[in-house]
Order: sequence, then structure tokens, then C-alpha cells
Amino acid sequence: MAVSGRKNWLARAWHSAFAPIREPQGFYRHRALVRLTHWINALCILFLLGSGLNIFNAHPHLYWGLYGTDGDKPFFSLDALDTPAGSQGVTQIGPWHFNTTGVLGWSKVDGEFQARGWPDWLTIPSFQDLADARHWHFLFAWILVFNGLAYLIYSLWSRHIQRDIFPTRADIKAIPRSILDHVKLKHPTGHAARRYNVLQKLAYLGVITLIALMVLTGLTMSPGFNAFFPWLLDVFGGRQSARSIHFICASLIVLFVIVHLVEVLLAGPINEIRSMLTGDYRIPQDHHAKDPS
Amino acid sequence: MANAKIITRRVAILGGFAGAGWLVANTDKLTLDSGFARVFHAVEDWTKTAQRGLLFPDRLAREYSPSDISPFFKPNGTYNPGTPEYNAHAMQNFDDWRLKIDGLVAKPLSLSVAELRRLPRRTQITKHDCVEGWTAIGMWTGVPVGPLLKAAGLQPGARYAVFHCADNLTGEPSKGGEQSPGQYYESIDLRDALHPQTILAYGFNGKQLDVPHGAPLRLRVERQLGYKQAKYVERIQIVDSFANIAGGQGGYWEDRGYEWYAGI
Repeated sequence: MAVSGRKNWLARAWHSAFAPIREPQGFYRHRALVRLTHWINALCILFLLGSGLNIFNAHPHLYWGLYGTDGDKPFFSLDALDTPAGSQGVTQIGPWHFNTTGVLGWSKVDGEFQARGWPDWLTIPSFQDLADARHWHFLFAWILVFNGLAYLIYSLWSRHIQRDIFPTRADIKAIPRSILDHVKLKHPTGHAARRYNVLQKLAYLGVITLIALMVLTGLTMSPGFNAFFPWLLDVFGGRQSARSIHFICASLIVLFVIVHLVEVLLAGPINEIRSMLTGDYRIPQDHHAKDPS
Repeated sequence: MANAKIITRRVAILGGFAGAGWLVANTDKLTLDSGFARVFHAVEDWTKTAQRGLLFPDRLAREYSPSDISPFFKPNGTYNPGTPEYNAHAMQNFDDWRLKIDGLVAKPLSLSVAELRRLPRRTQITKHDCVEGWTAIGMWTGVPVGPLLKAAGLQPGARYAVFHCADNLTGEPSKGGEQSPGQYYESIDLRDALHPQTILAYGFNGKQLDVPHGAPLRLRVERQLGYKQAKYVERIQIVDSFANIAGGQGGYWEDRGYEWYAGI
């Protein structure tokens, strides 16, 4: 597209963001269905996390085993406790207690303190409402399931997962070296940048597994589904264990998202984001290598 | 031509992100929007259809062994209806408490708790899953609802069993304000009402059912969440629609935004 005349920065950014990139500068990395399902998945994760935290607030305790309620011992809790110095937010992890007033357990909503596990700026909806949080959660859970199935079926059929994501034997051997590269924040260039590195592959496989576990532990909390698949209760060790695993997997997905975003920033955000929008990926060149020209 | 296609794609990408951004920015507004509630209702119907499809033929909820019973079974909602009539019944061991079965039945029934205790009973140790997220396991003894309804004779058009309760519940703060108080009630469809594990329990953990857990009669619908397990039941009304009962959504919590189908 010609950008003649008004060469303002916006037009240039628009042009450079969407301009097609062809060999040998780059290649078509992400196919349309992978790109589409990636962004739908990102939206689902955002809504599921936000509404999940609102649901959690209805009973901000986690237990292990078949049952657990007030009177049973939680291994994790976000409570508001009355103290001589006034109410405090207390985060409990096993035997440890932390004062988290203002953020976890006891935080401000519309300028007034309230007993709330997670604060209003993290939950969907922002106000405490279990019924509506569940509505959002199930809406996006269904979208996540169909979107995830579309991705999995397509990626297995097109051999994207087998070819690009499953680590090879050579990959496994290269794990120590890949760890070192990551520690040094060194990103592959030239030919090596055409493939995912082994830690990247393991991270993608990991997050696919985590999302599958989220769906399964979520279904294990459903009394209707329990009647159909009671053995899932045994797999996860009971409904309360399933609820806790659901929460732990969600935390690990948050960790994945943080690392994922940091890596996008480090590897070159425009190139990385463009490749997930148009599919085209520019191969980073090694500026330290001898210029062949 | 190629340019037009590329521009269309760019518009689609930007439009998609603008739409997603608008959705994220307006979640609170959409949550309170009565039109958008139709989306949530459609999701609930879809969940119900999916689960009902899986649950054919009618599967039983898992039953546990006595060693799995939780040491503390949290009572929730009303702890004691506390009305003069209720207190008088409690003083007399609820012997004269009557369960009425009416509506779309051939022969309305009125049975005392003493009579119900003499009918064939079922005992089941099951998991109670609160919508809030907690779980307790308890042993329930009671009279199956199915044979009672058959004795009353279901009329053509009968679709739901509505369970009317003796307690008035104040509700929880929600949507930024207090919930309105109301008489507790619940409804299930006949498929659940006729399920063998659906009972009106009068015994709990080997003893007579106590007041905090719903004495003298409490519904157990084992494949649904805790708010379906109506306590202090005094009447079963068979209807073809619950649209004209209380808030019209089929239950106390349903009238306050919760799903009618509480299988998840």
C-alpha cells in the first residue's frame, strides 16, 4: 500500500505493522485459525480469571480432600479478621499468615472497606456477585472449550503440534543450553529463529495441559457432571481437591501469561504481535555476525 | 483487488480488538443489563441440555461410606424459621407437621410427618455442594418423592414440582445492594422429582433431622447444588409453569439471579 503524501507516524506504524513480509526476510509463521483461536483464547482466559476470582470470593478458602467448609482447616484463605487495631485482611498459606489489608481479605470498594478475598479491580464483575460471576464464567468456559477444540483438532490434523510444538530428541538434549540462553536473555536469530526453542515448546505444551486440567477440574466441581463421570472425583481426590487444583492451575496460567508477555517484549513486540495478527514473522538477524554483503 | 482484501482483513482485526476492548470495559454494565441476561440464559440452557444428554439414562449420584461423613455439616440460609407456628411444631417433635401435595394432581394429599416416617424410606450418604464452593458429606434418610407424586396422580401437563418452605430468608447483599427478603421455595422438573435419590429427608446422620438442617422435611436433589435442597418443606405444588409463582424464575435464589438448573 502506498503511503505517499502524509507520512505521519501513525501511517508509518500502520504500514510497517501490516506490510507483508516474504522470504528471505521472514516467513508465514502462524496460520489464520491458530491466530484467531489464540486471541479468542486470550479473551476467554481474561474473563475466566476475573469471574473466577469473584466466585472464589464467595468462599475464600481452599481445602484438600472430599469435603471442606467452615470448621474444616483450609490450606489457603483470604479472610477479614477483627483485631484490637480494627479489621485486617489476612492471607493464610499453610501455617503462615500475612497482613494484606487493602488488597487481599479486606479492601476498599467505592471508598469503603469491605471483607473481600480478591479486590474489586481484579474481579468480573467488579462488585461482589456470585450469580453474575458464574454467568460470565460459564459463558466463557463454553467459548473456551469450543475454541480449544477447534485449535486442537486443526493443529493435530495439520500436524502443527507434532511438527512445531512437540520437542524432538535433539531439543531435549538442548534443554541446559536453552536455559542458559534464557538466563542471558539471548534470543535466536537467523535460521534458529524459524523454530521454537525447547523451553518455548514445553511452555506451550504446558499451558495446553493446564487449560485441559482447568476444564476437567471445573467439571469435577459440578454435581451434575459428577453423576456422569464419578471417576473424575477419584482422579482429583474429591471435589475440594479439584477446586484447589482448579485454583492452582489458574495461578500457573497467570504465571505463563506473565512470562509469555515478557518474552514478547524482549523478543521484539512489533514483530511478535504482528506475527500473531497477520501471520508474517520477520526473522531477527544476528547483528554481531559478519555481514555477507 | 488484493489491496481491498488486505484492508478488509485489517478492518476485521482492528474491529475484533475494538469489540473485545469494549466488552472488557463494559462488563459491569452488561452484567446489569436485562437484554444481555438473555445470553446468560442461553448458556444455562445449553449447559442443562449438555448435562441432561450425558445423564441419560438417569444416573445416580455417588453414595459415600459412613467414614466419609464430614465432621461438620455447615447449615446455610435459614437456621431457624422461628415463627410461632413453626416453634409450636418443633415443641411437638413435628408429629403434626403436614406435607400437602396439590396442583396438577388427581388426588391432593395431606400427610403428617408421622405418616411419612412409616412409609418405605431411603438412606443415602451424599455430597452436598454449595454454590459458594464448599462441600460437606452427610447421611440423609427420607421418603422418596416419586412414589408420593404417583400416589397423588400426576395430571397431564404436569412439568414441575414446586417445594414451598416455612422460612422467610433475608438474602445476601448483591448487585451493590441488599437482596429483598422472601419466602423460600424451589422447583425441579419431573425428571429430577421422579429420580430414585430425590427424597424428602427427615433423618440426618442417623438422628432426627435438626432445625438448622431443615426439620422436619428437607428436599434432597443429589445432582444439583445446595440451594436446590429446600428446607422446612410444607407443600409440593405440581405445575406446568412456575412463571406466576413469586418472582417467576422457579426459586428463591433463581429470583435473585442464580441459575434454575443448578447442576454446575
